[in-house]
Amino acid sequence: MRRALPIFAVLAALLVAIAVANPFFLEPAGFFAFVKRAAPLVILAAGQYFVIVSGEFDLSVGSLVTVEVVVAARLIDGDEAATWPVLALVIVIGLLVGLVNGAVTTLLRVPSFITTLGMMLVLSGAVFLWTGGAPRGALSQAFRVFGRDTLWSTLILLAVGVAAALIMRADFGRTLIATGDNERAAALSGVRVTRARILAFVLSGLAAAVAGILLGGFAGVSAQVGQGLEFSAITAVVLGGVALGGGRGSVVAAMAGALTLEALFTLLNLYGISGALEFTVQGVIIIAAVAAGAVRLPFPLTPRKGDAHVAS
Amino acid sequence: MSDNLHTTPAPEGVALPGSPGDRKVGRARPGPWSGLGSTQVVYLALLATIVVGWILVAIDGGNLLTLETVVGVQQRSAALGIVAVGQTLAILAGSLDLSVAYLISLSSLVAAEIMEAGSVPGAITAVIAVSALVGLVNGVVITKLKVHAFIATLGVALIIKGVVDHLYDGPAGRVPESFQHLGYDRVGPVPVSALLWAAVAVAAWFLLSRTRYGYRVYAVGGDPDVARLSGVRTDRVVIVTHILCSLCAGIAGLLLASRLGAGAPTVGTDGGYDLESIAAVVLGGTALAGGRGGVAGTVGGVLLLAVLDSVFNQLEVNSFFKDVVRGVVIVAAVAVYARRAGRKRL
Repeated sequence: MRRALPIFAVLAALLVAIAVANPFFLEPAGFFAFVKRAAPLVILAAGQYFVIVSGEFDLSVGSLVTVEVVVAARLIDGDEAATWPVLALVIVIGLLVGLVNGAVTTLLRVPSFITTLGMMLVLSGAVFLWTGGAPRGALSQAFRVFGRDTLWSTLILLAVGVAAALIMRADFGRTLIATGDNERAAALSGVRVTRARILAFVLSGLAAAVAGILLGGFAGVSAQVGQGLEFSAITAVVLGGVALGGGRGSVVAAMAGALTLEALFTLLNLYGISGALEFTVQGVIIIAAVAAGAVRLPFPLTPRKGDAHVAS
Repeated sequence: MSDNLHTTPAPEGVALPGSPGDRKVGRARPGPWSGLGSTQVVYLALLATIVVGWILVAIDGGNLLTLETVVGVQQRSAALGIVAVGQTLAILAGSLDLSVAYLISLSSLVAAEIMEAGSVPGAITAVIAVSALVGLVNGVVITKLKVHAFIATLGVALIIKGVVDHLYDGPAGRVPESFQHLGYDRVGPVPVSALLWAAVAVAAWFLLSRTRYGYRVYAVGGDPDVARLSGVRTDRVVIVTHILCSLCAGIAGLLLASRLGAGAPTVGTDGGYDLESIAAVVLGGTALAGGRGGVAGTVGGVLLLAVLDSVFNQLEVNSFFKDVVRGVVIVAAVAVYARRAGRKRL
């Protein structure tokens, strides 16, 4: 947890800077508007965390979000009555895609980078093959309320955050970290490594489905709705101090990383660095943040429990 | 990252200094075994694709193996092929480069802008300088700042994207007729662009299998700690590898500029050269974890993708369906490699 502290300091500093530049941010309306905007990325980061901490990548979440929104729009097509069945279907698609990612990665032993890259191609190809190249239909009001209504999106975000933290405190979370840290040791100590990894991918798929539901309401239906989200989610997780390669980092810090990224965008907008240069600043800050974390690491060697006798 | 084991030695027959059979779980060691290396598998798959594609196109009433399509396949694959050769170096050294797509766009713009000002050699020099610089930054950020290659090159990609999008809204600059020969001329059935690709591939093959640098790349990709303890300056190897990888992207940018007749801010990303080049490398049998594979496989992988594309074009298949098939082919191919490596282990 100590490794996660810097991200909270950075997040706090960014939030203060936003509040200074724009006092409206301190009012409930302003603050919750920020929370609503950040919710999808935070949820994606939580899902991506499970996969990354188990030692894998999930590059398919961006296209999965697009698929969820486009499928929902086409099936609902403005019909309020269709909302709930389609919501259920969206969740099922998310779980299923995660299951396939996990099964191909673990059982067929394809590196997850390639598995999820292939899934990304398949998903975006399949959905536009089905709709004929462009999104069609429209979402119902009942569907859009989740992403549009501040209360709903805040509640969903809180629920996901609490659930993710609880999962990582439970046995499953421990086995997941053990798997990512040292697969062989975990397997020898009785962890079902394959099952843990598949479940991590399923959780990521579920997170993408929920994020898709929120984004469909918040941003509306478009072919670009999920574009680049996989990289944003991975960046957020890494900003939170989670090591690519697995075994290190906390899910709360990963979600804080997503909030930080979103706060950064907000701040850049406030200071008028909008449009293209925003990417440049983002790139510099991401590298700087991760480099700062990596370079600092060797110095404050936090004594672990097992090292106590060495220290004393 | 899960293990994708190729216990075959490098396809070019390189002895692998410091390359353990598997550094993860102590599985099989590389040893003599009868059978096919992953490079041969790629070329067999390529042959099978050509045969099946030829039959399918023939049933459809066309002919896959006309001069036109053969030239088309080479034209289509040249740019991706050059990038993929560079990407092979990066992946073999245990790294990867997500910044190539934006670097291609940047190079095409730099080239076209300077050529419009009148100097073709100046433009080529500038592109080489810019891409070497980007590669140097990638390498230094990865080795000296200890940032994971995925994040480092993604960050550099964002930086380039920001600069390019800030300065350009659309195509810019102009490439003179004399330089467009690179993109369109051909010698017999072989386009000049394919010759350029071949030259880059042969140069990379030579570096990897005939020079000390190449041995070090395999050593660093196989196990950086062992390499360092054996006296290899691992940081330097990674930095040089990234410079070479970026130079390849720069050359691809020059090629695309000559073909378009101008520079374009989206030419790299529209082609999806970042992820596509990684996919081609892995399709060619190079292990994503580094240390195993080679350029020959990558060339096969790129050709396989191009032939597939050509078959679909002749059959007039929907472009979205193409994406679906491409995704399945890439995953299936890697699953086959993993399976072969696994069977050998038993």
